[in-house]
Formats: sequence, C-alpha cells, structure tokens
Amino acid sequence: MQRRKSSRLLAIGALAAATALGLTACGSGFSSSSGSTSAASTKDLTHKDTALSVLIGSSGPAETKAVTDAVSSWSKSSGTKASVTAASSLDQQLAQGFASGKPADVFYVASSAVAGYAKAGDLLAYGKMLPKKSDFYPTLVKSFTVNGTFYCAPKDVSTLGLVINTDMWKQAGLTDADVPTTWAQLKTVAAKLTTSGHVGLAMSPQYERLGAFMAEAGGTITNAKGTKATIDSAANAKGLSYVQDMLKAGSAKFSTDQGTGWGGESFGKGLAAMTVEGNWLTGALQTDYPNIKYKVAEMPAGPAGKGTLQFTNCWGIAKDSPNQAAALKLVEKLTSASQQLSFSKQFGVLPSIQSAASTWKSQNAALVPFLDSVAFADGVPNQDGSADVVTAFDTQLPSLKTGDPKALLATFQKNFAAVLAK
Amino acid sequence: MAISLRAPGRSNQAPQKKRAPRRQGIAGWIFVSPTLIILGLFLLIPVLMALWVSFSDWSGNGSPFSAGVHFIGTKNYQQLLSGGGLAETNLGTSLRNNAWYVLLVVPIQTAVSLFLAVLVNRAVLRGRGFFRTAFYFPSVTSSVAITVLWLFLFSTTGAVNKALSYFGLHGPNWFNDPNGLVHIVFGWFGVHTGPAALTQHTALGVSWWDWLAGPSVAMTAFIIMAVFTTSGTFMLLFIAALQNLGGDVQEAAMMDGANGWQRFWRITLPQLRPTLFTVLTLGLIGTWQIFDQIYTGTKGAPENTTLTPSYLSYTSAFGNQEWGQGAAIAFILFIIIVVLTILQRAVLRERRVSKRRMRQYDPSLQSTSSKELSR
Repeated sequence: MQRRKSSRLLAIGALAAATALGLTACGSGFSSSSGSTSAASTKDLTHKDTALSVLIGSSGPAETKAVTDAVSSWSKSSGTKASVTAASSLDQQLAQGFASGKPADVFYVASSAVAGYAKAGDLLAYGKMLPKKSDFYPTLVKSFTVNGTFYCAPKDVSTLGLVINTDMWKQAGLTDADVPTTWAQLKTVAAKLTTSGHVGLAMSPQYERLGAFMAEAGGTITNAKGTKATIDSAANAKGLSYVQDMLKAGSAKFSTDQGTGWGGESFGKGLAAMTVEGNWLTGALQTDYPNIKYKVAEMPAGPAGKGTLQFTNCWGIAKDSPNQAAALKLVEKLTSASQQLSFSKQFGVLPSIQSAASTWKSQNAALVPFLDSVAFADGVPNQDGSADVVTAFDTQLPSLKTGDPKALLATFQKNFAAVLAK
Repeated sequence: MAISLRAPGRSNQAPQKKRAPRRQGIAGWIFVSPTLIILGLFLLIPVLMALWVSFSDWSGNGSPFSAGVHFIGTKNYQQLLSGGGLAETNLGTSLRNNAWYVLLVVPIQTAVSLFLAVLVNRAVLRGRGFFRTAFYFPSVTSSVAITVLWLFLFSTTGAVNKALSYFGLHGPNWFNDPNGLVHIVFGWFGVHTGPAALTQHTALGVSWWDWLAGPSVAMTAFIIMAVFTTSGTFMLLFIAALQNLGGDVQEAAMMDGANGWQRFWRITLPQLRPTLFTVLTLGLIGTWQIFDQIYTGTKGAPENTTLTPSYLSYTSAFGNQEWGQGAAIAFILFIIIVVLTILQRAVLRERRVSKRRMRQYDPSLQSTSSKELSR
C-alpha cells in the first residue's frame, strides 16, 4: 500500500515537473526578443509592419475620446493601424503585457514608475532619438531620466497652484491686491477667510501637496546628484511647521478632517475658501461644482523663494514592441505643439513643450499661473521604490497637526535612504 | 455524531474487500483527469510558479523562467521579515491590522450567525421565509456594491453618524480615523503614550504599543461590514445543521428537566461541532484573505491601518514591481492560515468528556464525599 502510494506521488511529481518544463519552454520562447540591447539610433528600432496598441490610464471619457481621435487621425495619415484602450487598472494591465512578452506598444507611464520599468527592461529608451527633445521643459526631462538616460517623452504637465473662491474672497473684504505672494500674507488671508462655515485653506494631506511648502522653504528630497537623501533638513521641517501652524490656528484643515476625498472636493463643496491643487481641478469644478467662481494664483513664495510641485506622465514605448519605429512616430505626433494644444482644449492639461506655451497662455488666460509655475517647479521623486516611501510618508501626514514634523521627516529620510542604497 | 465519526469496523472491512480490477482504476483516472488537469494547470502550476518567483529576482518582464531571472535564496523573505526597511514595516502593519480584523470578525460572525440560525429555525416564528431571505440577502450582494454602500453610510455626514446624532453622540470620521480602538479606550483613562517597554521594542518594524493599538476606527467599519455580509452565509450552514438534529435527544433532555438555556449549551451546541468547525475554518481563511473591500474602499488608508497582507502583496507586485516580495507575502500569508487552521483543528477536536463534568451526570462516578454531604 505504502509503496503504491509513493510511486503514484512520483508519477504526479514527474507530470508536474514535465508541465512546468513545458511552460518554461514556451515562456522563454516569447521573451526572446527582450534580450536585444537598447537601440542607439532610429535605425536599430524594430519595424515589423504590425498594428500598434495604445494603452492609456484615462481620467475620463473626454481624455479617452481625445486620444482615440488623435491616434486614429495619425493612423489614417501614416497607414499604420493603431487602436486605443483605456485601462481600468493601468499598472495591472501593463504588468500582464510585460510578463507575457506582448505588451501594449505605447502607454502612459507615471514619473514615479519609470525607474522600476526601466530597471526591469520594459521600456525603450528613446528620449535622445526625439528630434525636438530640447523643446521639453528641463524639469520634465529630469523626471523621466534614470541613471542619465532620458527614457520617454513627457506627455503633458500639471503643477500646483493656489485656487481661490472669489465670492468668499469678496465677502471677507479682500481685493485683488491681497492675493498672497508670501507665506506671511497667506497666513493672514487664510485667517481672514475662516468663518464658521468654511476654513481659509483646505488641502489633501499628501506629500504631493505639502511638498510645495517644503520646496518653498528650500527643502529638497535628494542632493543635486540624486545620490543622498536630504529630507531631514531644517528647511523641510520649516515647510511642514508652517502648515502645522495654520492647522493649529484653525485657518487650515486637511480634507480628511472635513470628510471629503481631496482638497478639490472641500473647495467645490464650499468648505474652504482656498485650496492647493493642480490644473486638473478646473475640470472637476466644471463637471461637479459648476457654480463655484474661482481664480488661480501661483503658490506664495516661502523663505527660499518660489516653489511648487510638478506632476507628469510620459508616453512609454515597450522594448518588446515589434514596431518601435512606428511607435516613435506616433509619440512625435502626440507630443507635437498642435496636438498638445488640442488635448489641452479637450481635457485641460498643460503642454509639456516650451514652444506651445505662448499660444496656450493666450487661449487659457485664467490658468496662466499654472504654466508659469513650471519654471520653478520640482518633480516628485522618481527613484525606483520611491513611490512606496512617499506613500508611507503620506500615511503619517494626516496627524501633522498634533505630530512632530521632524519625526515625520526622520522616518521619510530613513526609508528614502534605503531606496537610494538599493 | 461521535459514533459516525469513529465509523466502527471500517478498518476491519478493508482487507476483506476484493481489489478492484485494474481496468476500473484506469477508467477512474480518466474520469477524474479533466478536473486534475484543470486544477493542475490553473492552480497547482501557478502556485509553484509563484513559489519560484518568491525566491527569484524576477522583475515582471517576460517569463519568470527565462534566462535573466536568478535564484536569490530567501532574500525576499529576509527583507520582509528582518530587513529593517519599509517592506518589513508594511508587512508588520498589515499583519497587525488583519490579525485584529480576524480576532474580532470570526467570533462575532460565528456567534451572530448561530444566533440568527436558532432564531429563524424556531417552528413558532411567523414569516420564517422572509427573515431567512432578509438575513441571507447581504451575502448574495456583490462585495464591491456593499463596500460602496458602506463608504456612503459611514462617511462623516453619512447615515450612521446622523443616526448617532439622534442619541446625542458625535460619530467619528469613520473611514478617515486611524486611531486604534484599544488606544482610544486607553485615552479615556488619560494614557496617550505607551510605556517605554512597549514603545521602544518592535516586532516586524512595528512597536509593541502599536501592535496592541487594536483595529482602527476605519477597520472597525470593515469589521461591522464583514459581520453584516457573511453572517447570512454561515447562518444557512447552521440552519442546515440544526434541521438535521434529531428531536429525540432534545426530548430526552426535556424529560430530564433541562431548561432551554441548558439544552442549547449542553445538547444543541455540542451536536453542531462539525458545522462550527466548518464555519470557523471558512471564517478564518476568508478573513485573512480580505482584499476586495480594501481595494474598492480605502486602499490601505488612513495611515495604513486598513492595509492587509493580500492588498500589500498586490501593491508590491503590480505597483512597485517588487514581484518577488509580492509572492513572498502571499506565501507568508499561506503559512499563517495553514498554521492557524491546524491549531484550530487541535482545539476543536473531539475529546473525551472530562471526569469532572461526567460526575454531574453519572451517579456511579459521584464521589463519596459529596454523597455524604448530601446526606
């Protein structure tokens, strides 16, 4: 009995091993193309005549339609077939593509994810092949540069600004001349704007908002070379303390404490007279809170001058794509001035190239402060694993009001140093 | 029940049985082969692949068995269990959160489902069908839909806080409140920071004081939701078991003068032991694997107090490209579930009734001293 059992186990084991081997074989079969070294010039790109698939993490129907229209018009003029898919979960769908060896050819990549994909060998480093690469804002290029290699073309840009509810502004007896340009002024107007119904300033408790204040105080995440974490500096602590003071004074509140999902919701619901948000807020206000009247100002300057944060995605091209040459052509079209201006009109993003700036400003006079802010904006950290560290910091921020800024930054510093050492 | 479990004579019969002809064996294998192949292809082999990934440096590009992927030993596990970095803290936090969740959900949902089953099993209850359907209804609704409903109910200005305000209570900011229940209770007595013995020492990157924080207010909302949704399912199991119980034992107990309370605890509940085991095991496994509520609801917020190992495994792999760590978390979770299930089996196994308890019922065992006393 015992003997039969063991021989049966052996048979099952052998079967499993054989199947696993079979899988290994087909696995190595379709990943063979990933072994090729990165292309040095456009001549080395793969150029099989296959249809392109474009995978986007869309903000809504407007963006999906705009990208679909742009890609199909390119497809018609170039003769290469192309289709656009709006991902329901971009990370997950990209991962499935990379693992199977048949990824989407062109896709969105967040600046925080670019280093991870680059390290895994998922991305084609085509940055230097772009004919107009010097037209992109330098800070955006930096966001997509990993170990000195410019990987992918910035799709667009968003910056943080101070958004003001003009009705509440007037009610508090403030005029255009009172728009704050310094920290001290911001503190004063926030206090003036605070009533029983709303607070002066509300924002989401995230590094992606408070980081602007840290930058205004002169704080940085790493040194210029990106080799050492510099988070536990006095400047960063000063930035957090400034926000903490306003929280303690009651003139500022976090959206979480108002029971809203983000600063924009607090602002739209009239729970705050000002908020720190990006240009995406304008779209949200238009659809959800069309009655709010607002204006946009640059973030007020801190002790170290002006500062804000900048966010961006790029158009990634898969290294495993069989038609990289056509993909590159598509990306050139999608990042061209005329196309970016058209995207901007359809779903409210800022163009990532400097040559489109003046036309954009004339078309969007009210939103000019957002684009002007690109000049002094810092990108969010893009090192491999940094997204996780920033999230860990974000989990601590809601308790900033009662917490110790230095202790929060010390944990941030420790975790970020570990990421850099990896 | 005890009799059927012991199955007397089964072991004696086996050798007498004729061995089945070989052809029948082959036919048997052919009949089960579709299931075996499907299970192997979609369950066993992916599990083995994941096991390999947890010991490798696979980065998510191409097959995990391709040439560029290396065996790196237990490095992924080391980083999670003793790395001292963010990976360890996150795992510790997620295990803390989930342990409190299991500790509260499993006993409460078992008790509630048993209570409901006993209620709707009573012959005198009018409209039993209605109540059974009503209690079972949350279980057949999609968990995503219920999570969204919960987010509305438990929002700061939601229905729950409104209802609480009628009683003069100021409800918490449910899904945004990271404070642990145990810490809150300590806070009532003026204890806001733990003793140095607890705050200075850590396990898995989380201080002992934080391990003892209890579920956060946000997690408590999930706990209430789990009890609300799964009690109906387990109620059904208990009803089925209750209907299988013979009335004779109950009647015998009545004749012996046992009251309703005694009959429940001494007659009904012991007979439900196999069902109780099933419910507890299913509950334990289900609660350790909580994912969809977190994914659709809070994504780990506030302050990572609703982060669970399953969700952490997902974000490590798909969000951070740390595929090895993601797989390793899944296997750590697997080991925890297996160990706890074995432990629970041992606790709930059939034991001989102890002498002390037997004495109450069996006159021959009654000690002489008590007899003398009664005289």
